Formats: sequence, C-alpha cells, structure tokens
Amino acid sequence: MSVASDSWDWLTDSANWSGDAGIPHRTLEHLQYTGLTIAIAAVIAIPLGLYIGHTGRFRGLAVASTGALRALPTLGVLTLVSLNTGINLTATLVALVLLAIPPLLAGAYAGLESVDPATVDAARAVGMTHWQVLWRVEVPLAFPLLVGGFRSATLQVIATATIAPQVPGPGGLGVYLLGGLAVGDYPRVVGGAVIVIVLALVVDLLFAVVQRLTTRRRVSTPDRV
Amino acid sequence: MRWIGNNTDLILGYLASHVWLSIVPTVLGFLLALPIGWWANRVPAVRGVVLSVGNVLYTIPSLAFILILPGVIGTGFLDPLNIVIALTVYAVAVMARFASDGFASVSPAVLDSARASGFGAAGLALRVELPLAGPVLLAGLRVVSVSTVSLVSVGALAGVDNLGRLFTEGVFTGNTAEILTGIVLVVALALVLDLLLVIAGRALLPWSAGARRVRGGVA
Amino acid sequence: MIEYRSVGKTFSGGNAAVADFDLVIPSHTTTVFVGSSGCGKTTLLRMVNRMVEPTSGQVLIDDVDVASRNPVELRRSIGYVMQASGLLPHRSVLDNVGTVLRLQGVSRAETRRRSLELMETVGLDTALADRYPHQLSGGQQQRVGVARALVTDPNILLMDEPFGAVDPIVRDELQAELLRLQRELGKTIVFVTHDIDEAFLLGDQVVILAKGGQRAQVGTPADILAAPANDFVRSFVGLDKGGRELHVEERDGVQVVVDAQGRATGVLKG
Repeated sequence: MSVASDSWDWLTDSANWSGDAGIPHRTLEHLQYTGLTIAIAAVIAIPLGLYIGHTGRFRGLAVASTGALRALPTLGVLTLVSLNTGINLTATLVALVLLAIPPLLAGAYAGLESVDPATVDAARAVGMTHWQVLWRVEVPLAFPLLVGGFRSATLQVIATATIAPQVPGPGGLGVYLLGGLAVGDYPRVVGGAVIVIVLALVVDLLFAVVQRLTTRRRVSTPDRV
Repeated sequence: MRWIGNNTDLILGYLASHVWLSIVPTVLGFLLALPIGWWANRVPAVRGVVLSVGNVLYTIPSLAFILILPGVIGTGFLDPLNIVIALTVYAVAVMARFASDGFASVSPAVLDSARASGFGAAGLALRVELPLAGPVLLAGLRVVSVSTVSLVSVGALAGVDNLGRLFTEGVFTGNTAEILTGIVLVVALALVLDLLLVIAGRALLPWSAGARRVRGGVA
Repeated sequence: MIEYRSVGKTFSGGNAAVADFDLVIPSHTTTVFVGSSGCGKTTLLRMVNRMVEPTSGQVLIDDVDVASRNPVELRRSIGYVMQASGLLPHRSVLDNVGTVLRLQGVSRAETRRRSLELMETVGLDTALADRYPHQLSGGQQQRVGVARALVTDPNILLMDEPFGAVDPIVRDELQAELLRLQRELGKTIVFVTHDIDEAFLLGDQVVILAKGGQRAQVGTPADILAAPANDFVRSFVGLDKGGRELHVEERDGVQVVVDAQGRATGVLKG
C-alpha cells in the first residue's frame, strides 16, 4: 500500500498547495471551466426545455436528440474539435457544453411536465397569460427538477473536465491525473483523483441542500393555492 | 476512408473490446441491483441507505474512480479490471434506484390479489413483482447501457484498449479520420445496444405501453 | 359453513379492528358484511383465507380451524374478488382467469378450456381472451375478476367491495349477474360493502357492523327492516329520516306507492 501513503505525502506536501501548478489554483481553474460550461449550456438548453415543456411541441425530437447527445463520447469531441480548430480551450468548452445540455434540457421539460395539468388549467382559468402561467406557476413548481438538471449537469462536467488536458493547453485538476499517468507518477494521479472526488462530493452536497430547500417550498405551495 | 481500410483489424479489435467492456458491467450491475432494489423496496431504512450510498458512488468522477482503484484493491494501474469494477459500481448505483422504484411501482392491489389467489413468496417475487417492475427496469437498463458505452472510452486514458484509443492516438498523430471513426462507432454502439433493449422490451413486456397509460389515468 | 369464534384482531399500532366477534355463515348462502369504513368488515373477510391472522379466537371452515391449514393452499381453494379487480396487468384475460389453475399445476390445455368456459359463465365475450386487462372496461374487468375466482369451482367466494369502483348502471348489471350466478352455483359467498342497498339486494344474511367490528344486528333484510335492533341500525338502514317509509295513495283505482318525500316509486299489485 505504498501508493496510498505516497499519495498522502503528495496531498500533504505544502509545495503542492502553492503557485500556478498548485492544488488551489488547479481547483479554481477546474471550477472556472465548469461554471463557464454550465452558463453556456444553460443559455441554450433552459429556454428550449421550457418551450418544449410548456407547449408540449418537439418533445419526441428532444427525447431522441438528448439520447443521441448522451451517447456522444466527450473525449472524441474534445480531440476532434481541438485538432480542427487548434484552440484547445474552445475544444474543451464545446465538448463539455455538449455533455451538459442533455441533463439541463431534460430537467427543464420534465420539470414542466411534472406540474399537475389541473393546476395549469386552473391558472389559465383565472385569467393568467401564457407568460404568467410559465413564470408564476410552472417554473416555481418545476424548480426542484430544474435544479436537479443543474445538479447532474454540473457533476458530469466536474467529472469529465478531468480529461481536458488530453489536448495541450487547458489546466484544471485533470493535469494531475493525466500528467501523472504520462510520467508514471502514481501518487500524483491518486492524489489528484482524491481532490476531484472531494470536489464533486462537496458540490453535490451544496446542490442537495438547495434542492431540499426548494422542495419544501413546492410541497407547501399547493396548500396556499 | 483510406485510413479505415488500412486499419480494419485495429478498429475491429478496439470495437470488440469496447463491446465487451460495456456489456459485462451493464449485465453484472443489473443482476446485482435486482435483489438490492427488491430489498430496498421492502425495507424503507435499506432504501434510504441504498439511495444515498448509490448517489455518493455515482458522484465520484469516473476517471478518478478508475485511477484510484489500484490503490484501494491492489490491481495494476493499467488493468482492464479497474474499468470493469468501476463501471459495475456505477451500474449498480444507478440500477438499484431504478429497481427499487420499479418494485415500488407495482400496484399494492395487484400484489394483494395475487397473494389472495395463492401465490407463494417466491412465485410472487418472480412471476408477479419482477415482470411488473419490467418497464422501469428496462428504462434503467437503457440509461446504464448508454452511459456505460460512453464511459468505457474514458478508460483509454488509463491505458485500456477500446474505441477511446482512436481518440488518444488520433489527437497524437493529428488524424481526424481516426477520431471521427471512433465517435461514429461509439455512438452507433450505444444506439444499437439501446435498440436491442427496446426490442427485447417489446418482446418481453407486450402489455406495458397500455399499462403505463392506465396508471397515468388513475393518478 | 364458516364460523367465527370470539375472533379479535389488534393491529401493530394497538387499535382493535375487531374484538370478540362471533358469527355463523351457513353454506350455499350469501352473507353480507355492511358498515362504514373502519368497521372491520374487510378485516373479517380476509381472515377466512388467512390474508389477515386473528390475534385471538378462531375462524373455522367446516369445523376445521383455518390456522391449521397452509395459507397458500387455503387461498388457492377459496375464490377472492376485490375492488378494482386486482388483475395481473402483464397477463392476458385468459391467463388471468386461469391463474389459480396454473398454480395448482393443471395443464395448459385444460386451463385454457376451463378458463374459456368460465368467461362464458360470467357473461364475457371469449373474443376478449387475448386482451390485456387495461384494454377492458371497468365492468368487464370485474367480470374477469369473478371468473378468476370461480375457475377452480371453490365452495367459498369472498368478495371485497367488488362493484365499488364501477358506475351505477354497470353496477346494477353486475349485481343482477351475481344473483343469477348464485342461483345457478349456490356458493357460500361472503360479501363486503358499505352500501346498505347492495347488502339488502344480495344478502340472504346481512351483518351490520359498527365501529371496531361490533355486531350491530344480524338477520335477513326483512328482519332488520321490520325490527331494527337500535338507533344505530335504524339510522344506518335509513329508517330514521323516513327514507324507507313508503305509503300507498289511491289514484284512479290504482294503488300508487309513494315515499316519504311524496315521490311516486311504483304501484302495488295483488
């Protein structure tokens, strides 16, 4: 088990906790890629998902295309775009955005579909416009599932951003994993893996808290209506 | 296209190992998750544990998981077993939740009436609960199969031969055709496996499309 | 003959659903348990095929304590029809009818033959045999439920609010059908309902239950209407607000029967 103790030494070595190649900086890079990816993917997927969920149109198309997108290997997209644009940060973002769109889209339309049609009908019956039905009834009631979409998208991106350094340029925590593998420095590989795992668990926990809070609101809302 | 013609053996070899590395964890995960999900549906405390452990396991990033296993269980760093184990763990984590939901979806009235008709415990589990959980189990299996096919290619970074190799080698040698071949084959493999599952579902669960409609109507 | 001997049932929460209950159900007749929800009527019914175990006392079928019988075999020997039919959604109508025969190891061909025969007995078009339950109407599903319960030709038929979930017209049809079947088959039927009209229509013996499985009154419908045991029974059967009080008015030489609100309900003959 020398790998375990060597990894522990790597993790606790203060030299690994400072500078541009240090753990805090790499973690920050990792979170930057993740945040940027989710922002871009959300701008594309959320309006689409709300439109599909609200109108019920193009649902079959959305299900089929998200299914196909989920099958798309991120590593393949990353290497393909990198090879053909030469801009490796763009390649990383394209690959990760394609990864993040399916869960965000599904969260949005499944969220709206989960709203009781009788509630929507009642909202229209009291004279709400389409926009009012969407923003005052459907989106608040769909909120937990919407957050659920963000939760799985974010976790998948955090997990998959580790492969970014497979093309030259991008940093992030994947540098420890792939860089370590390339030179056979296994303590660095395992140490980096531990950091990624901890980061994912912490972010997941934050989402769980947000979801718990918003779910409670949803449960109490129908009583007030 | 010339590259494909010159490298068919290589590609077919990667494809075969990709198929193998995808199917084994999916099947193992399905079989392991069935009893876990059944038990979880019986005992609420078990369900809580299964769901939260499953969630934590699924949260662990795949590449990190594959790379940390040798340190935990003492396999070699480039051993394909790491991928099989990691992907099986993911499959169980996802599938146990679906299995538990699937068994929970069986109407208590149907179970009650089956018991009253004289089904024993084993007959009830195998001939009533299992087939009735079928549609949800199938949905879970489809999710697991697609994500497993896609995750296997990450294993190429840990030095295991599969279609993911076409990406790592292609970017190294600047070969777009090689990468494109890999993408097309991985997507095609995922879609073919999904199609096979759908066909199997149609054959095994001919009643299910309508049954779902009825359940929706009641709710 | 089914006999309850000082039967009690206390559920794990500590509330007594039934306490010290005695009753004899004669063979080849229909006995109806009727009462509001929570009166323990379903609990009493389900003790007969050991779907519920009494915490005290005994339930006997032909002088044999059911507790001494293997529950699975016992259930296969007793027909059971429940609300919303409880059909297996993944099996065809024919397979549903034949469920218990197959469980008993009867051959496929024989099961098929007897199942088709039973479908005809309960008035189901045999063209429906290969459909799945969800493709049938509510009334048809109930008929399948009855056919399934009768397919082994059991002596006892337990029916737990079997017609509670169908619309009134279909319900009238099914009730008439059950009366016809019972005239032909002469089973020992134990029937549970919360509808006093249904109880009076179907029951040879009616058991009115109050909270906690208390016997409020046991007798034929005529006995109960003629001499309600107490105010609870009077109110439950609808005698208190004049709901069942009819009187005769003479109109052009015909005797018209009129209810308490003055609405004509029929004419008196002979």
